[in-house]
Amino acid sequence: MPPPARPAAPMNWETFTQGLWKENPVFVMLLGLCPAMAVTNTAMNALAMGVATTFVLVCSGLLVSLLRNIIPKQVRIASYIIIIATFVTITDYAIQAISLDLYNALGAFIQLIVVNCVILGRAEAYASKHPVFNSLVNALGMGVGFTFALLCLGGVREILGSGTFFGVMLFGERFQPWSVFVLPPGGFFVLAFWLVLFSTVRRARERREKEAAHAA
Amino acid sequence: MQPDSLSFIFLNAFLINNFVLSMFLGLCPFLGVSGKISTAWNMGLAVIFVMFVSSTCAYGINALLVRFNLEFLRLICYIAVIASAVQLVEMAIKKISPALFRTLGIFLPLITTNCAILGLALFQTFRDYSFVQCLAFSAGAGGGFTLALLLMAGLREKLDLADVPDVSMGAALSLMLAGLLSLAFMGFAGLGG
Repeated sequence: MPPPARPAAPMNWETFTQGLWKENPVFVMLLGLCPAMAVTNTAMNALAMGVATTFVLVCSGLLVSLLRNIIPKQVRIASYIIIIATFVTITDYAIQAISLDLYNALGAFIQLIVVNCVILGRAEAYASKHPVFNSLVNALGMGVGFTFALLCLGGVREILGSGTFFGVMLFGERFQPWSVFVLPPGGFFVLAFWLVLFSTVRRARERREKEAAHAA
Repeated sequence: MQPDSLSFIFLNAFLINNFVLSMFLGLCPFLGVSGKISTAWNMGLAVIFVMFVSSTCAYGINALLVRFNLEFLRLICYIAVIASAVQLVEMAIKKISPALFRTLGIFLPLITTNCAILGLALFQTFRDYSFVQCLAFSAGAGGGFTLALLLMAGLREKLDLADVPDVSMGAALSLMLAGLLSLAFMGFAGLGG
């Protein structure tokens, strides 16, 4: 039996929150952008996509972590992809059974979860090196972070682009929808604005910390 | 133009529904390797090649799977084919031009997880294209990807000299540019009729 590569990493709150903010897959690491923009024209689609991705992320993280000492190093990427593809197929059929409307709205992007870099990235960088429970918690954190990011995009695009939020009218009849936001260019613009906002916040905080250190 | 004529399929994938700018497929390499025109051009060629190989294989595999009623294995088979095609390209480039191999770096193996390639295979299956239509579709999609990459690289080379606000440097700026390009490409929407 091969010895474990490293002592088990301590399991703490950080394992979960890592994916939420500090390493948020969309806003910080810029991974998984294709689904993040393609299906976020309404908040509902964004939520569905986020949940589906989280499911695949958690299940594949679990399996990869369980098999991490069995899979030979040379074929690991191929093995991960096959594992992910299996769970995506399950998700695909499940969504088709639950809600056909949703299935048609998301289209090929459910199957394209396979090539979402977030999932393969987590399998390679975390699940293949950590015990099962840690991987599970980490994958869940990443999934929630991804869903949060998708909702940020989808919410803004739906509110500006069609004046609704989860299908509920917000501004009444007289609102003139700013429809470019539900069209492809809107996706790019909204994500760019979020990135600028976050980098402004980060900069302000860094400056404050520096000043505090200077004053002390 | 007939909606299933070869020229329409090509134009549709090339301009009207450009894979990158209106379907959001293949954004990672689009933002990652669009720093220089020469790299972008080579990346585009590699993607076109992988698209042709995987589209051809996907067509064959789909016919086989439908014949034996195994459609649920489609996704797994497609991704395996794409991974092998990428491996092939990687070995070829490493042999022919080690310099290019180094510039493309991590983005070369990452073509495997490029949604544009899997998207192409999936769309051609959904739309029931014949073999020749598949070839036209992959030529259009690959050409469109390369076009978007080249346009973006050209803009970014110019922007290196511009003075932009600090906070919007990097990814945010590239995304704004992509949004503007995407707006421009919306103008082609009327072309299909």
